Amino acid sequence: MSKRPHETPLLNELEQGPWPSFVSGLKRLASDNDKPYANMMKDLLGQLEHSYETRMGYWKGGTVSVFGYGGGVIPRFSEVAADYPDSSEFHTLRVQPPAGLHYSTELLRNMCDIWEKHGSGLIALHGQSGDIMFQGCSSDNVQKAFDDLNEIGMDMGGAGPALRTAMSCVGHARCEQSCYDEVRVHRKIINGLLDEMHRPALPYKFKFKFSGCPNDCVNSIHRADFAVIGIWRDSIQVDQEKVKEHVARVGRKLMIDTVIANCPTRALSLNDDDTLDVDNSSCVRCMHCINVMTKALSPGKERGATVLIGGKRSLKIGDQMGTVIIPFMPLETDEDFDRLYELAETVIEFFAENALEHERIGETIDRIGLANFLTGIGVEVDPNMVNHPRTSSYVRTDDWDEEAGKWFERKSAAVE
Amino acid sequence: MKGAKKPRRADETGVMDPFPQMHPLLKKNYGQWDWHDRPRPGVLHHVAKSGDEVWTVRAGTQRQMDVHTIRKLCDIADEFADGHLRFTTRSNAEFMVTSQDKTGPLIERLNAAGFPVGGTGNSISMISHTQGWLHCDIPGTDASGVVKALMDELHHEFTHEEMPNRVRITTSCCQINCGGQGDIAINVQYTKPPKINHDLVANVCERPAVVARCPVAAIRPAMVNGKPSLEVDEKKCICCGACYPPCPPMQINGPDSTRLAIWVGGKHSNARSKPTFHKLVAAGLPNNPPRWPEVAEIVKTILYVYKEDGRDWERMGEWIERIGWPRFFEKTGLAFTRHHIDDWRGARGSLNASTHIHF
Repeated sequence: MSKRPHETPLLNELEQGPWPSFVSGLKRLASDNDKPYANMMKDLLGQLEHSYETRMGYWKGGTVSVFGYGGGVIPRFSEVAADYPDSSEFHTLRVQPPAGLHYSTELLRNMCDIWEKHGSGLIALHGQSGDIMFQGCSSDNVQKAFDDLNEIGMDMGGAGPALRTAMSCVGHARCEQSCYDEVRVHRKIINGLLDEMHRPALPYKFKFKFSGCPNDCVNSIHRADFAVIGIWRDSIQVDQEKVKEHVARVGRKLMIDTVIANCPTRALSLNDDDTLDVDNSSCVRCMHCINVMTKALSPGKERGATVLIGGKRSLKIGDQMGTVIIPFMPLETDEDFDRLYELAETVIEFFAENALEHERIGETIDRIGLANFLTGIGVEVDPNMVNHPRTSSYVRTDDWDEEAGKWFERKSAAVE
Repeated sequence: MKGAKKPRRADETGVMDPFPQMHPLLKKNYGQWDWHDRPRPGVLHHVAKSGDEVWTVRAGTQRQMDVHTIRKLCDIADEFADGHLRFTTRSNAEFMVTSQDKTGPLIERLNAAGFPVGGTGNSISMISHTQGWLHCDIPGTDASGVVKALMDELHHEFTHEEMPNRVRITTSCCQINCGGQGDIAINVQYTKPPKINHDLVANVCERPAVVARCPVAAIRPAMVNGKPSLEVDEKKCICCGACYPPCPPMQINGPDSTRLAIWVGGKHSNARSKPTFHKLVAAGLPNNPPRWPEVAEIVKTILYVYKEDGRDWERMGEWIERIGWPRFFEKTGLAFTRHHIDDWRGARGSLNASTHIHF
């Protein structure tokens, strides 16, 4: 006889309303009485209802892993297992998705079959770091589930003080605004540094994210320790005939209000013949005008990426955005991609050697100062790294001539 | 061990190659797209330099999906989209089709299967999502439930493009804030210092690590009832909960201490203005499952004032910057208190050092 489900009056209220209900999904799994996970999901619903009643969580961590790896599994043991014994172990496997989150239905169906056999039947697409989260697995089944997933070409993601699973935007696959090959960079960097993911040995977590343009659709600037954001360094491409068509369609007032007046550096002007005048040396590549006029305007031809380092959320010193470390790096040739990989490797090595325990790279930079960080990773200073030069007079400038000499030396070397 | 099966060594393949997974037309035109537009809410139309065209239909999901829901999405992708789909970072499913004629029947099919179509352009997209009571070890509230309750209320704004610009909402179920910056962020804000079970601290917690974790140095080692433990200077404590993950006997959660706070004006995009952090506007809201109605009320109030008052392309933070904070509090009816004035490091930068006054 099958186990009776718990009463869940509070959760049942979340089956109402037009948005797809996760509760209905959980209940459907709990009623799959011919499947191995049915009882687990009955008790999972019971524990979740208990949380809704008492307004408390009841999971604790522990240690569970798969053979050869030190991370990737998030162990969860119930603190109220006496009441909900069948979901006493409810671990998550974090698994790396295909870059750009593309799936064939064949792959998704295989994932479902494997998780129906070894897990709970519950899969989150996707976690905040971009992992597929296979949620709900007993300690005994973690290895079996991973073996089967690994057999179909999937590998574990990151957890703990380690390189974490990365994310890239849709980019080159379906977006004309993409300024570099996100898939190539994503796979090259993460797969090259994979050991740091599978065998956690860093001071704390380290996240990479890859956005194809400054619209930053994967939120890399704040949510990644190392953000690679596509950009171009020549002029915006303008199709003046299409600009005229746009003005004819929306009217001159709306064109001025929504495009010209919204340019953050006053780099745009509407000519008397309804063509667009762009002052490219004042433009900061913010994307706004291109977002409004997707047919008439597009990023320039000389494309690459800006690298920003140090984004993170609150713990411990407060929220930080990443800040510019490399203003522009071309990403066209094999050597360009190698250079970006070498930078990533250097930064990870610096982080491993210099960060304090439980310190993010942005906090390390905050503690030691950006100039010292740049020296540590071998990158020269650049005025694009600051909003403005220092305003505090408390600084020693004994070696001013020497430092200024380096600047002029680099300038003349660049001209040659 | 005799008879024991040798464990399988993992094939360390890393990030999965997306090309075998990608819709064939996207693969064919990889890096060769020309322009795009949006024929209607929930549909994107991309044109490649080759002349190829693809229409993308975007549908909202519950993120925490049972295998039956995923298979339902697969059935739809097999029927309409050549057996491929992709997901956005906000858990929307995207189906790519090669003729505009297919979009109508696909939308009908998705709606009939319970998936709302939208989330594009100046709509409110799916709320970014943490784990909450379902799976987190330190949650102050639920995540899936808060998101489901809010998306029910915001369904119209997901399926229509009626906001001044896109709206990105995030949630975090503890004060560590796993959710990112948002036009609106709904985050747990603890109101009481941790309650310490001194019998357990010595056995469970690495005490120096816990002391080091505190942002305001309010934790110190102490002997309590003859046992090595930790104590908290409750006057200094900012109730952030940072000590709880490394030391679960320092319980920060409790029905009386988890309140919700609402923050506004964060954005990641570089369009027009630089990326910004969200700012606190309301706190002390009850953690009230299963539908958190008090939170939904304030979120809707803020959204509808913005919808009415924001100009084309203004993100929420840009709108507030134009009208000024006094008018924001006036229009939304929210209170401005001493707690809105920042006192963390760098706080002086948030003070008004000018005579730019909004009247």
